Amino acid sequence: MSVADLHLIASSEFFDTLIETLFLESYNTRLVVLGTAFLGATAGIIGSFLLLRKQSLLGDALSHATLPGIGIAFAVMVALGGSGRNLPGLLLGATITGLLGVLLVLAIRRTTRLKDDAAMGIVLSVFFGLGVAILKMVQEIPGASAAGLDSFIYGKPASMIMSDLIIIGVTLLLTIVICLIILKELTLLCFDDSFASTQGYPTAFLDIILMGLVTAVTVVGLQSVGLILIIALLITPPTAARFWTNDLRKMLWLSAFIGGLSGWLGASFSAFFEDLPAGAIIVITAGIIFLISMIFGPTRGVLPRYLRQRQLKRKVGRQHILRSVYEIMEAEQESHPLKNLPISLERLRDHRVWSKGELPRLIRQARSEDHLERQPSGELRLSESGFGEASRITRNHRLWELYLIKHADIAPSHVDRDADMVEHILGAEMVHQLEAELELQEHTLESPHVIENESIPSPKGAT
Amino acid sequence: MSPLPSSAARPSSPASDHSPEFPLSVHDLTVAYHRKPVLWDLDLDIPKGSLAGIVGPNGAGKSTLLKACLNLIPKTSGEVLIYGKPYEDQRDLVAYVPQRESVDWDFPVSALDVVAMGTYRKLGWFKRVGKKQKEQARAALEQVGIGHLADRQISQLSGGQQQRVFLARALVQDAEIYFMDEPFAAVDAATEQAIIELLQELNSRGKTVLCVHHDLATVSRYFDWLVLLNMRIVASGPTKDTFTRENLQKAYGGKLNLLEDAAHALQNVGR
Repeated sequence: MSVADLHLIASSEFFDTLIETLFLESYNTRLVVLGTAFLGATAGIIGSFLLLRKQSLLGDALSHATLPGIGIAFAVMVALGGSGRNLPGLLLGATITGLLGVLLVLAIRRTTRLKDDAAMGIVLSVFFGLGVAILKMVQEIPGASAAGLDSFIYGKPASMIMSDLIIIGVTLLLTIVICLIILKELTLLCFDDSFASTQGYPTAFLDIILMGLVTAVTVVGLQSVGLILIIALLITPPTAARFWTNDLRKMLWLSAFIGGLSGWLGASFSAFFEDLPAGAIIVITAGIIFLISMIFGPTRGVLPRYLRQRQLKRKVGRQHILRSVYEIMEAEQESHPLKNLPISLERLRDHRVWSKGELPRLIRQARSEDHLERQPSGELRLSESGFGEASRITRNHRLWELYLIKHADIAPSHVDRDADMVEHILGAEMVHQLEAELELQEHTLESPHVIENESIPSPKGAT
Repeated sequence: MSPLPSSAARPSSPASDHSPEFPLSVHDLTVAYHRKPVLWDLDLDIPKGSLAGIVGPNGAGKSTLLKACLNLIPKTSGEVLIYGKPYEDQRDLVAYVPQRESVDWDFPVSALDVVAMGTYRKLGWFKRVGKKQKEQARAALEQVGIGHLADRQISQLSGGQQQRVFLARALVQDAEIYFMDEPFAAVDAATEQAIIELLQELNSRGKTVLCVHHDLATVSRYFDWLVLLNMRIVASGPTKDTFTRENLQKAYGGKLNLLEDAAHALQNVGR
């Protein structure tokens, strides 16, 4: 980034231009931003299938293998008397060696015992090396200007013209149409290819369609994001989308959206930082969206999962302390119904095994939830709501214990611990089911294992 | 079911001898991976309406046999006939339940989606799964006892439930022959019971079921036909005739002895 760029950021002019670019107010940026967004969307859709087929890295091998083709096509076109800068010609060369690379990976996989990653690694690096060498050689052809060929490596969206936009748009449309038409078949191929094959589907043919689309998007994307980074547009949007949904259809649309957004924002930003390779900025944008998805994605994101676990932990802790208090009160009182009397902290500490620091934390939690009160004497007493909750929890625990003893052949001496795990997730419906299963008519029952003076309390609590 | 002699005991016969009555006839089948033969010159007939088990030691080629029958791996030589015709012509008659680990259960589809895959073939290319297919899938899930899990994403199912999903997918195909690759592997006792009841139910409706199995203890309870395999067919016939110590010895070789000795030793420790 140059000093001028930094200046620009500081000025308010920057924001005006940013808005101008983002909202496509000038023709040139409109073209570039739209083109890159379309490319991102296309890659997002086809990349989803590539990811689910577990072939993402094959896409990487393919894109690297396009480089020799670009150099060779240039040399051939010069030899035929042209300028060598004809874009369709260059892309045709890219396609040919790209596919050659993929075929080579498949051939190595089929004929040797090399694993996929090794086969792809070899093809990817050798083809890329070959491409770099050929590019250097064609630059030395006298009279031919090969300058700018290396923009295929890192990408240069600013060079996009109207015809490129049209090609990208057509590719996007084609991808959407094909994927919608054979969505069912592609899904089956990705999920269970041997089942697909027993059902008479030509799996090799479906794979060819898939790889054909990957090739199309790679070649079309060479110009804007470059062959090294195009793989990021194929992998990042679908993996990001996966954090938000468990539904394949939604994942496809979301992945297209994320890819499109990455292209849009990335190309817009790169319009300012002209000395930075645009492909890199687009990929970094996609990476940021991925990071946000990984953290906040509701179905599989890290943060929602952490919060769910924490919630469960709190619930388990609450149930342990309330049940303990209840059991102590039962043990201390001879008569029914149970009265809500205070108990001592020492008694609670001795009642079950608490991990270090657990008991004070749980007491604090229970007090903040208004389940437990500390008496002036230092003793603990359940609040009214805490008492009801405690009797409900204890009852559920014993219902489950009884069920385990009766139906799962678990020894009464072990049942407490197993019930401990499950009772926390018992819903009202399961409790009803348990009652029905155990043909439980009355609300009060003895504990199935020996704790002195213990019984199943009535669901409303004894008052 | 007419009593048949064990294939192994019979001399190799010409292909025309394989009657189209048989749901599955395998003739001179050899399969090799990377030049190393896995199945050698197999000859096998499974009579209609059998509930057949394929047992044998690890590496005996049990799964390979199923896959070769279904053209999932190339046959080095030999032929496989389904009711007298090659498999390609009889796909509608055959349902396949692969090993559970063969797919990625983290895939973004629901249990119902997976079961509906069993209807794709009848549905044909390009057509989307409609109400009718979903109803069929739902009914199959009910049949395997997990109708309430239809909309669960498959990674949220237990191993046993996943196995039931695979079974339900085979059920919606409404086939005549069911090829099952270790349906009892690593499932809970309740699922094992549910699966065997289901197989017996299929069997009582005249369907033929062929199951790769690894638990010798349950063989005589589950199957009325048994194929003992160890690269070659050691024995094939009604379970009561084939499930003999001698045949097991042949199939498992020294390994079974070792296992028995180990079991014996363990019993003695307990005393």
